[in-house]
Amino acid sequence: MSGFFKSSIGRKVAMALSAFFLMFFLIIHLAVNITSLFSADVFNEMSHFMGTNPLVQFALQPVLIFGVVFHFIMGFVLELRNKKAKGVAYAKNNGAANSTWMSRNMVYSGLVILAFLVLHFIDFWFPELNYKYIAVNPEDPTRYFHELQEKFIPVWRVAAYVIAFILLGLHLAHGFASSFQSLGASTIRQKTLQTFGKAYSIIIPLGFIVIALYHHFSHH
Amino acid sequence: MNLTLKIWRQKDSKSKGQMVDYKVTEISEHMSFLEMMDVLNEQLVNSGEEPVAFDHDCREGICGMCSMYINGEAHGPDRGVTTCQLHMRMFKDGDTITIEPFRAAAFPVIKDLVVDRMAFERIQQAGGYISVNTSGNTQDANSIPISKHAADEAMDAATCIGCGACVATCKNSSAMLFVGAKVSQFALLPQGQVEAADRVRNMVAQMDLEGFGNCTNTGACEIECPKGISLENIARMNRELMKSTVS
Repeated sequence: MSGFFKSSIGRKVAMALSAFFLMFFLIIHLAVNITSLFSADVFNEMSHFMGTNPLVQFALQPVLIFGVVFHFIMGFVLELRNKKAKGVAYAKNNGAANSTWMSRNMVYSGLVILAFLVLHFIDFWFPELNYKYIAVNPEDPTRYFHELQEKFIPVWRVAAYVIAFILLGLHLAHGFASSFQSLGASTIRQKTLQTFGKAYSIIIPLGFIVIALYHHFSHH
Repeated sequence: MNLTLKIWRQKDSKSKGQMVDYKVTEISEHMSFLEMMDVLNEQLVNSGEEPVAFDHDCREGICGMCSMYINGEAHGPDRGVTTCQLHMRMFKDGDTITIEPFRAAAFPVIKDLVVDRMAFERIQQAGGYISVNTSGNTQDANSIPISKHAADEAMDAATCIGCGACVATCKNSSAMLFVGAKVSQFALLPQGQVEAADRVRNMVAQMDLEGFGNCTNTGACEIECPKGISLENIARMNRELMKSTVS
């Protein structure tokens, strides 16, 4: 089995499995966030559950972080290997004639998402760790909604989030169907998967964009 | 028509190459691309210059010898054809055409536009065959029932001529369309299924050893393949390798 994951196809499969996990996580994340559009109380309740439940905090969160780190490192390792496999670059290459921009630039959309994650961790995750484990503040189940609203006051942050989500959409537009192909999904099913992939890659980022814009414009 | 050609010239595998400009005149639109190259070479020989080395053999799209990366595409801008089947009517008078060798670390340049594609042969030797006793008492192939669907798909996969356009086109220089086709043509048939697990393991191991890159499913190979080999073959190879790992 370890031999399998050392092969080129094994690495594709590993990349696809981590992608599946991250795509599932995005659905959960959006489902929680979207409640902030309708009810501050529900959002606070769900955030409090996610932030304090031991299963989420100490079992799912480490798996998530491993998944993110693995996907990024594996992505860059494969990119470097692939560059080496090409050797000399073409003087003239018409990539647009046979493939989409998204499929050829996964590493760049990935880099933007990585930069976004750094900002996102500085914005939400590090303060959260500080609040709970370093400053050891008392639990306040009502604080999450206000913290969210305050973060989306500055225009620069809203703009950065929107740009990152557009790049996330482009990354998913190729990544969704691609991960199924890596796992051996037949091309007959690929047509359906591509339709699903397109819908997913629009709906998920758009959901996050709407949330960021809503809180920016609704806060007085 | 009159054309400007920008061609990769490289003395041998050790030398550093460069793009060199040439002019050709009175090219008929009915000529094939290779005939146009013949005209250029005749011109070069007559003026005492070294002709441009390029691979070719059957000149009817069967042998898989001709290569060339023309104006940024393997086998040029036309679809479903090899370079020998590409006609000059695809270009306009006054055009500048860039001609490069197929690029991949696993396909080193031997001279000018000629690359060494022996890596494909070594992958084939690793498992692209069936072990059949040919002592004279071989069973009639028609006595083995095979569904029309499987036979058609195996035949489609077997039309791969091993030209290497998939590798040349792929931004990662991945050979997975080629290996996928070679794995599939046997995996789909009862005669090939006996050795299917060893075959896919050995061929994928050899492919990795040769230094081909990793497929990222851009689909460029399928579009540029002169024989229209489908991405389905890559998916099937992935399934076959996963199956061979758990079996």
